[in-house]
Amino acid sequence: MMKTYETALAVVPAYNESANVADVVMDLHASAPDFDVLVVDDGSTDSTADLAESAGARVLRLPFNLGIGGAVQAGFVYALENGYDYLVQVDGDGQHLGGEIPRLMAAMRDGAEPDMVCGSRFISKEFEYLAPISRRTGIHLFAFLLSRIVGQRVTDPTSGFRLYNRRAIRLFANDYPHDYPEVEAVLMVHHHRLRMREVPVQMLNRTGGVSSINSGKSLYYMIKVLLAIFVGLARRRPVPVPGQEAPVTAGHSI
Amino acid sequence: MEAKLQVLAIVSSAALLLFVLELVRQRRFLERYALLWLASALVLLGLASWSGLLRWISTTVGIATPSNALFVIAFGFVLVLLLHFSLAVSRLADQSKVLAQRLAVMEERLRHQEQQHEEREQEPEDADRPPLSRLPGS
Repeated sequence: MMKTYETALAVVPAYNESANVADVVMDLHASAPDFDVLVVDDGSTDSTADLAESAGARVLRLPFNLGIGGAVQAGFVYALENGYDYLVQVDGDGQHLGGEIPRLMAAMRDGAEPDMVCGSRFISKEFEYLAPISRRTGIHLFAFLLSRIVGQRVTDPTSGFRLYNRRAIRLFANDYPHDYPEVEAVLMVHHHRLRMREVPVQMLNRTGGVSSINSGKSLYYMIKVLLAIFVGLARRRPVPVPGQEAPVTAGHSI
Repeated sequence: MEAKLQVLAIVSSAALLLFVLELVRQRRFLERYALLWLASALVLLGLASWSGLLRWISTTVGIATPSNALFVIAFGFVLVLLLHFSLAVSRLADQSKVLAQRLAVMEERLRHQEQQHEEREQEPEDADRPPLSRLPGS
């Protein structure tokens, strides 16, 4: 039987986000009612999972902390298993607005058929985003490098506000980077000949809780991501025809 | 190499070899991981007892004293073993990540189905409706 309607899932990775997670879930229910909401509790030690559940979300409770990459990937696995057509990733800290999801969805459907749509803070001057200068410098450095490598303008490679279609869901359910996945995910999309595009969105600065990336970790983050970029370039990959199923390079057999 | 030193080298590498074999015998060691240890112990034992070979290696490579050559070779084995363990740990981390994700997805599905089941049980019995079919044996 053919499915006559499309299904969409909002995945909210959350680690000790009891201050924000209920608001995020309620915001998603209110402003994106077509989306099922799945909170991935990444082994939190506080009441994140219970709060998310009583706010009306489905909750994946990871038995221990996997880091953001593993948590988001659990969302991809869930979406693949339950046959969702679209997945939007929304941070659990409240900096992404559910009201911006239709903008991502419109970009997904307007004919260019991208596989991944990223919300960018830096395309439009209208949505100025105030991050510490050190972090903005890092983001712009990655943006510069990635734009060169993928041959397409990338302005906000660290944005975690992204919409994916089934092809991207299948790719990332099987293989998603570990620690700081967003930048590498852009490269994977490129290497697997999927298409990505960016749309301007507004993001808020954090409202509560602690960011997973503090200033002390910034340098480590920079080095790790740069390593991933350059080592990733040397990795051999299959060359699929555009529009084909995304083949998966990293199996779990070593 | 001085005789005292040679005896020490032979005794310690033989002890290592026996210890590894004993661990394998007790099945506390997967053969996969024991192989590298066995190879290291055998090579070290061989070089410690066959001093002619060790002297030939040290002069060929340019190491002044044969005992240093033995030391360097042992260090090489340690490095390889460490690398091997890093690989094993990475693989285990990857596998446990997949397990954690699958477990969380299964748990969610189970909870969801239990909830549905409870809701169905709580519905008031409808006289016209036949009772829900049950699986045999339940």
